[in-house]
Amino acid sequence: MAATKNVELGEVALSFNDIGMTFPDGTEALRGVTFDVRRGEFVTIVGPSGCGKSTLLKIASGLLQNTTGTVDVDRDRLGYVFQDATLLPWRTISKNVELFAELHEVDKNKRQALAQEAIELVGLTGFENHFPKSLSGGMKMRASLARTLTLEPPVFLFDEPFGAVDEITREHLNDETQALFMRKGFAGLFITHSISEAVFMSTRVLVMSNRPGQIVDEYNIPFEYPRKPDLRFDPEFARISGEVSLSLRGAH
Amino acid sequence: MSDVTQMPTPPATASKSVRDRGRGGLRSVLPPLLLGLGLIAAWYGVTYGVLREDRRFLLRAPHEVVNVGFLDWENFSELLGGLWSSGKVAFIGLLLAIIIGVLLATIMSQTKLLEQAVFPYAVTLQAIPILAIVPLMGFWFGFGFTSRVMVCVIISIFPVIVNTLFGLQSVPKGMHDLFTLHQASRLTRLRKLTLPNAMPAIFAGFRISAGLSVIGAIVGDFFFGQGEVGIGQLIQKYAGRLLGEQLLAAIILSSALGVFVFLFFGWLGNRVVGKWSDAEI
Ligand SMILES: Nc1ncnc2c1ncn2[C@@H]1O[C@H](COP(=O)(O)OP(=O)(O)OP(=O)(O)O)[C@@H](O)[C@H]1O
Ligand SMILES: [Mg+2]
Repeated sequence: MAATKNVELGEVALSFNDIGMTFPDGTEALRGVTFDVRRGEFVTIVGPSGCGKSTLLKIASGLLQNTTGTVDVDRDRLGYVFQDATLLPWRTISKNVELFAELHEVDKNKRQALAQEAIELVGLTGFENHFPKSLSGGMKMRASLARTLTLEPPVFLFDEPFGAVDEITREHLNDETQALFMRKGFAGLFITHSISEAVFMSTRVLVMSNRPGQIVDEYNIPFEYPRKPDLRFDPEFARISGEVSLSLRGAH
Repeated sequence: MSDVTQMPTPPATASKSVRDRGRGGLRSVLPPLLLGLGLIAAWYGVTYGVLREDRRFLLRAPHEVVNVGFLDWENFSELLGGLWSSGKVAFIGLLLAIIIGVLLATIMSQTKLLEQAVFPYAVTLQAIPILAIVPLMGFWFGFGFTSRVMVCVIISIFPVIVNTLFGLQSVPKGMHDLFTLHQASRLTRLRKLTLPNAMPAIFAGFRISAGLSVIGAIVGDFFFGQGEVGIGQLIQKYAGRLLGEQLLAAIILSSALGVFVFLFFGWLGNRVVGKWSDAEI
């Protein structure tokens, strides 16, 4: 495990400037969203269901085209983890993890090495030749993380990646994601419905309002990394979580 | 990093199919076996109990069918010859239906416009009563091998097209997004995403078509009534001459061919996609 106490803050890697999004059917999903994420920052967005969080990530990745404003990000090696693991069922775990490198035409030896390293990093060693159907939800999510890690992404987008796993698995995955963050120092933009997950993981928590989604509050989370699981019982942790929760209530 | 390694918990469906396979042998064979024995008993019942002696040519007893149809070498070799001829037609017809059907569906899947243009005709082809098309085929292409194969293709291509198209189009959106994010070309997407995703459906289609192609081969031969003798012509001949035992033997043999190709494609499908797919083929 990396020994750094705090992750070093780097240059701005992802920047939203006055983003607005209105779908062709007239649904206004986002309005005037402006914020930056630097390398070494882990920013989490919390917000009510349907407020436009996923839409924002899709805009960041280029899957959707925003109707107003500008996004500034290098999309070449953008990491994007979906809520579903979206593993290809006909590929073994190692073949799944190799997929992105394969699509970028990395040669076979190199991509196998990349995949092996990523698989070890997420703790899936021994499952390389399994097909996704024989893995649990948490393990599939790990494979999905590993697949993204092969890109060595400077920017990492997470759309509620751990929403579908049980509480304990989620906490483990939180620890592991945090460890990856400390090791790689990427710019992280994370979405979750869990306030405790948001506060635990992040350097900054943004609260988004009901549709059309706008950033209504921003909280800097002062705890140093690595954060231990029992931080969740810290009074200061509880105080900040309470504030975020209150703000979120207001946003509804 | 904490190294939490959980044991995989296979999904319910997988464990179920494993269990079924484990017990499979006897459990799955016994019910149809019993029913089969029951049917043979009923058959004897009809032959000896229902029919008067002078009417028994209508339904010969099972052992007579076996004796005359299968154990008499001359009769049996005639049947085998017919089976060989019809089997060839069915095989070539099926092969063509598979190649043309998969290609057509793949092309259709690439352009909405083409799909919209072609699909109504595929449905129309399916809706033509096969009896109506057989004479036309003979009229156009003669009564030989070509026409028979054409009949087979027409009767068996539809399930290939529909299943392949369905499989190609049923890729979850998230998977498409993955390929979009990494700027995959159309061809890469087809090779690495949509085609593999379609495999279970494609094999399900092959399996249905295989049975139909056997029917097509026999129907074509039956109606053309000339050229190389297949099962269809034999059935016609036996029926015309009231050769009850041989008629039944021919029917049994032709359905055996249908069952064989059906099972074969099920087996092949399982070999190809059974490892990863939960779908029953
Ligand atoms: N293609 C689309 N066309 C029209 N409206 C859409 C489209 N995609 C999303 N929306 C609408 O835009 C709004 C924002 O959707 P989005 O998926 O970004 O919400 P979200 O914040 O991620 O919600 P959740 O927390 O439930 O995942 C929703 O009201 C949704 O119905
Ligand atoms: Mg969402």
